[in-house]
Amino acid sequence: MSLDYFFNHLDTIRDLSLEHLRISLTALLIALPIALIVSVVGVWFKPARQPLLWTVGALYTVPSLAMLAFLIPSQGLGLRPTLILLVIYAQVFLVRNTITALTGVDASILEAARGVGMTPLQVLWKVWLPLALPVILAGIRIALITIIGLAILGGWVNAGGLGELLFAGVNTNNPPKVLAGLIAIVIVAVLADILLRIIEYLTPISRARRA
Amino acid sequence: MINRIYEPTSGTITIDGVEVHALNDSDLRRHIGYVIQQTGLFPHMRVAANVAVVPKLLKWDSRHIDQRINELLWLVGLPPEQYARRYPTQLSGGEQQRVGLARALAAKPATMLMDEPFGALDAITRSRLQGELKRIHQQIAQTVLFVTHDIEEAVRLADRIVVMREGRIVQVGSPLEIVSSPVDGFVSDLVGAGDVLRRLSLMPAGAAMQPLNGKVPDTTLTIDKHAFLREALGMLVESGRSHLTVTEGNIPIGTLNMESIQHAAAPPEPAGNSQT
Repeated sequence: MSLDYFFNHLDTIRDLSLEHLRISLTALLIALPIALIVSVVGVWFKPARQPLLWTVGALYTVPSLAMLAFLIPSQGLGLRPTLILLVIYAQVFLVRNTITALTGVDASILEAARGVGMTPLQVLWKVWLPLALPVILAGIRIALITIIGLAILGGWVNAGGLGELLFAGVNTNNPPKVLAGLIAIVIVAVLADILLRIIEYLTPISRARRA
Repeated sequence: MINRIYEPTSGTITIDGVEVHALNDSDLRRHIGYVIQQTGLFPHMRVAANVAVVPKLLKWDSRHIDQRINELLWLVGLPPEQYARRYPTQLSGGEQQRVGLARALAAKPATMLMDEPFGALDAITRSRLQGELKRIHQQIAQTVLFVTHDIEEAVRLADRIVVMREGRIVQVGSPLEIVSSPVDGFVSDLVGAGDVLRRLSLMPAGAAMQPLNGKVPDTTLTIDKHAFLREALGMLVESGRSHLTVTEGNIPIGTLNMESIQHAAAPPEPAGNSQT
């Protein structure tokens, strides 16, 4: 199998990769506040915790292609159903990790934070989130990698991204084109993974643990 | 309850005549230094940032904060150039508790709340920190409310002791009053009515000595009036001498012999209730 297609169409592949990344990051940005609200509800209101975790877990078990097909009649084709799909599938990683991260912070440290006179919001912002950050970021990293993989399905409904290259390659029986799409998607995913690992590495608590 | 981490079910608490419920709870806490047993240091912040927490909440300017951090780290015996940039996990338990103390003192609170601060430390570190807390307290003269289960710690540090049992106040008094005249069986058990050595380690030399009355003392063997009788007894036994000279800031003020120690060690008679 030849890499000629990949090297002869670098411009197209770069543009599709950037589009793919843009779709993925947009989905992540929509998914994050939703997951944060769901998680905080799960942390503050204990009876809701298990049902919430169960729900996001159950949504994830629905086959992604079936979910997308299910969304098309109501949402049409294009970016919209794709983003909805990605946001839904990201929840399980974001919510599970955020709840684990927040409930895992030592209660005596939070009491000390209140004890020195922080308001509940300051406790959350200055102590609770910073201490939970590495685990939350690990959730974001896994969610983003999953999103990047699933976003290929966007090529099936004309949402753009590297899926277009892959589906076009399959439909026209053009293996080098499929290979080019595959290489590009791996590069995007690996870069996203490395970037988020660097961010995790740089959080204050990770730095403190290495010291 | 004093800093409203917990709310009382009834009654009121006032500090300098101001009812704590009249104040915003975060505001109140920023003006009460708070030290807890598990240190409660923020693990993601360096020592300097931990100490700076309350001044920052109070929006001091950064130059003032830096100056204050320096001053405090020296005060608690942690040279800033060596400790300011470390993380809490890089410190020993005793060092962590010193940082906890510095953080509580940072905004110059008029009142300090210390909840079993030395409970988790080994005996040597605890004793050293008690000594330093006493020194710091003399330097800055503020009210410290110190909760402890260790009666020796209470006697060593306190000007006034409040003995509590099951949420009620049993006795209030100076350490000497508590040790020499416990109000009931509970307090007398607490101060070791049946244990001579225990009582000797709670009673200061100054309380048992005979005044000089113009005699010229022999100053070969001296003990500070704040030192406990147990130490005095040890010195007598070890040296084989008949008496010690009690000093206050190196000036002789009285003498102490075996008889006076024995007298002081006589079991206190609990007033009222008979002993159980």
